[in-house]
Amino acid sequence: MNGFFHELRKAPLTAKFGCVVVLLYIFVAIFAPVLAPFGESEVVGYEYEPWSTVNWLGTDSLGRDMATRMIYGARNTIGIALLTTVIAFVVGTAAGFFAAVLQGWVDQLLSRAVDVVISIPTLIFALLLLTIFGASVTSLIGVIALIYATFVYRIARAVAMGVVVMDYVEAAQVRGEGLWWIMRKEILPNAAPPLVAEFGLRFCFVFLTISGLSFLGLGIQPPAADWGSMVRENASLITFGDLTPLIPAAAIGLLTVAVNFIVDWMLHKASGLKT
Amino acid sequence: MTNQDTPLLKVENLQIEGLSEDRWKPIVKGVDLALGKGEVLGLIGESGAGKSTIGLGAMGYVRDGCRFSGGSVQFDGIELTKADRETRRNLRSTRIAYVAQSAAASFNPAFKLISQHTEFAVRRGVMSRDEAQKDAIDLYRQLQLPNPEEIGFRYPHQVSGGQLQRAMTAMAMACRPDLIIFDEPTTALDVTTQIEVLAAIREIVDEFGTSAIYITHDLAVVAQMADRIMVLRHGNEVESADTETMLNAPKEGYTKSLWAVRSFKAADKPEVSEGTVPVVALNNVTAQYPGMPEPVLKDVSMSFFPGRTVAVVGESGSGKSTTARSLMGLLPPLSDDILLNGEPLATQFRKRSKTELQAVQMIYQMADTALNPKQRIRDIIGRPMTYYRGLKGKALTEEIRALLDDIELEPDQYMNRLPSELSGGQKQRIGIARALAAAPQLVICDEVTSALDQLVAEGILRLLDKLQKEHDLAYMFITHDISTVRAIADEVVVMQHGKIVEQGPKDAIFSPPHAAYTDLLLSSVPEMDPTWLDRVLAEREALQA
Repeated sequence: MNGFFHELRKAPLTAKFGCVVVLLYIFVAIFAPVLAPFGESEVVGYEYEPWSTVNWLGTDSLGRDMATRMIYGARNTIGIALLTTVIAFVVGTAAGFFAAVLQGWVDQLLSRAVDVVISIPTLIFALLLLTIFGASVTSLIGVIALIYATFVYRIARAVAMGVVVMDYVEAAQVRGEGLWWIMRKEILPNAAPPLVAEFGLRFCFVFLTISGLSFLGLGIQPPAADWGSMVRENASLITFGDLTPLIPAAAIGLLTVAVNFIVDWMLHKASGLKT
Repeated sequence: MTNQDTPLLKVENLQIEGLSEDRWKPIVKGVDLALGKGEVLGLIGESGAGKSTIGLGAMGYVRDGCRFSGGSVQFDGIELTKADRETRRNLRSTRIAYVAQSAAASFNPAFKLISQHTEFAVRRGVMSRDEAQKDAIDLYRQLQLPNPEEIGFRYPHQVSGGQLQRAMTAMAMACRPDLIIFDEPTTALDVTTQIEVLAAIREIVDEFGTSAIYITHDLAVVAQMADRIMVLRHGNEVESADTETMLNAPKEGYTKSLWAVRSFKAADKPEVSEGTVPVVALNNVTAQYPGMPEPVLKDVSMSFFPGRTVAVVGESGSGKSTTARSLMGLLPPLSDDILLNGEPLATQFRKRSKTELQAVQMIYQMADTALNPKQRIRDIIGRPMTYYRGLKGKALTEEIRALLDDIELEPDQYMNRLPSELSGGQKQRIGIARALAAAPQLVICDEVTSALDQLVAEGILRLLDKLQKEHDLAYMFITHDISTVRAIADEVVVMQHGKIVEQGPKDAIFSPPHAAYTDLLLSSVPEMDPTWLDRVLAEREALQA
C-alpha cells in the first residue's frame, strides 16, 4: 500500500485529478442517503421548479428534487456499472485464459462464438436482448456483462497467449499442476497489468452504455434515479434555455474523463516507457 | 600495421551513466582507449561490464535512458560526444559501421538483403544503385556466402543465421568504413557456423585495412581476432595489452581468473556395474510434430544411470532439446519407447502419474523465462515440495532453507526475493533448486550454462557436480559447448539432423577416430592459441584439396 502512495505522488497531475474525482464520486455514492436533502423519489414540489435554496437544482418533470436525484443517480449508475464490469471481467478473463491454456478446439469454439457476438453492434444487441428478457436491473447487468465479457475475452486471451509460451508455465504443466492453478498462479499475476488498465476503460464504456440505454428507456427503470434517464426526462427544458438537463450529462462526462486519466497513467506505467 | 601516433579513434576518460529508478548510475567509469588505423581491439568482460555501451559510445551513441557524463570520444579528430545529430549520422555507415549480435533481429524482415545493403551507399551518394549491387555481390563472394549473385535477393528469413551474420558484416563494409564495431557477432551461432563467420570477418578486415572493435565474452574468439585486448569489469578497465602478452602473461588477478575458467573437470566415476537398471532408457525413440512430413527424431536410444551424466551435443536443430521434450512427454514419441526404472512410461505427460512426473525434472536454458517473475523464491522452490512430497508449514520452510543452503544462497537473504532481484547466475541456481525440490531421479539440464558468463557458468557446473554426488542424480546435459562436455560428461551422445551420429564414453568420443561430423564439431571449438583459426582453416583447405 505504501508503494501505491509512493507511485501516486510521482503520478502526473492528470492522474491525480482523476483519482480525486473518482474518490469523490465513490464518496457521494456510498453516503447518498446522508448527503441528499430529500428522499430518492420523494415529490417535493411542482414540476420543473427553478433553482432555489431549497431545491438547489430545481425539480424534475414530476416535482422530485434534482440535486437529490443526482446524488442517488451516482449510486445507481456507478454501482450497476461497476458490478457489470466486474462480472464481465471475471467471465471474460476466465474464458480467455482457459482458451489460451487449452488451445485447440476449445479455443476455436470460444473465439468464434465471441467473434459472432462482437460482430453485432453493441447497443443494438443489448436493445434486442433487453426487449426479450425485459428491462429489469438483473437482466440489464447480465446482458451488458455478457456483451462486454467478449471484449475482455479477446484481450485476456491475447495477453495469456504471450504468458503461456513461457517456460515457467510449461514447467508447471509438466509438474502436473491443474488448469485452475496454472490460470490463477502462473498466468493471472503476469497478465494483470494490461487487464487492470483495460478494466478502467471498459468501466467507462459500460457506464456509457447503461446511461445510453437508460436514455432510450431500456436501462435503469423509474423511480430509481440515474443520470441517463434524468437527461431524457428533462431534455425538454433545454428548449427553455435551462441548463439543468446538462448537469447529469456533465457528471457522466466528468467521470469518463477522470477514469481515462487514471487508465492512461496505468497503461503508461505498464508499458515501461521512461518519458 | 598499427599506428599509435595518430589514432583513428581516441577515447579519453569516457563516462556514461544510465537512468535506473530515477537516478543516474555510472555504467562506464572513465575508460581510455586508442585505436590505430587497421588495428583490431578486443573488448572482453562479463555481462554488465560495459562492453557494448563503450562500443556504442565509440560511435557517439548512447542507448535510451543513458547519457555521456564526461570524457571525450574523438573519431579522426571529430569530437563525437558533443557532435550534433547530423554530424554523427553522416559518419555512421559511411565511416563507422556496427555489426550487432543478432543479425536476425537487426535486419528489417520486410526488405531484401541487398536493398538494405545498398541503401546507405546510395543515399549518401557513395555509389549508384547498380554499382552498389555489384559491389555487394563482390562482398558476398568474398565472405564466401553460397550463390553470391543470388543470395542478396532473398529476404532475411530465407537465409540461415550464420549467413545472415556474414551478410551483415558485408553490409557494414558497404561504404568501406574506417571503423567497424562488432558486438558479439558470433555469440548466437553454433561453433561450426562461428568458425566461418570468424574467418570471413578477419579476411575482410585484413583486406581493407579496417580498424575494428571486437566485443565478446569468449576469450578463445578474441584471441583469434584482436591485435590488442582490453579486459573490462564493472565499467572500468582492468588491463590492456597486445594479444600475445595478455594470453601468456596477464598481470591482474581478475584476468587470470577469466583465463583459468576452463579448468574445472568433474572426477571420473566408476563404470556402471553390469545389470544396473537405468533410471530412464530411451529405446529407438522416433517423434514427429503433427502436420510435419518428416520425423524430427529418428531412432534415438540412450540410457541414464544414477550418479552419471550423459551429455548430448550438436548444433541447433540437431534434435538435442527435442529429445528432452520427448522424454518429458511434451512431444510424445510415436510408440511407447521410454522406460522409467525398467517400467514403460506413458508417452504423454498428462497421462503420467505424479510419481512418474516427479522422477524427471528439467532445468531450462533461460532462467529469465523459466521462473515466474511474480512468485517469490520460497514459492518457486516450495511448490514442488508441497505438490510432490506433501510438505507444509514448518517442515516446508526448513526444507526450503536447507535447499537454499545447498545451492549456496543465504536463505534469510533470498527466500522472499523475486526473480528480478537476482543476478543471472543466481536465477539459474533457483532453476536448479526447483528441479531438486521435487527429489527427482533424472534431471535434464537444457543448455543451463550457455546464457551465463564463463565464471558464473563454472560455478553452476561445480554446483551441479556437487549435487549429483550428494543425491546420486542422473543428468541429461544438453549443450553445444564442447568444453562444458569435457568438464562434466561421463557419456557423450553426438546428434545431427535428429539422429545420433556417435555415442559412447567421453574418452572414446574425444579420442580419434571420430565420425566425420564429430570431427568437424570438435575442430570448430576455438582454442586460446591465437594461431588456432589459421591452423584449422589451413587443415580444412588441405583436406579439401
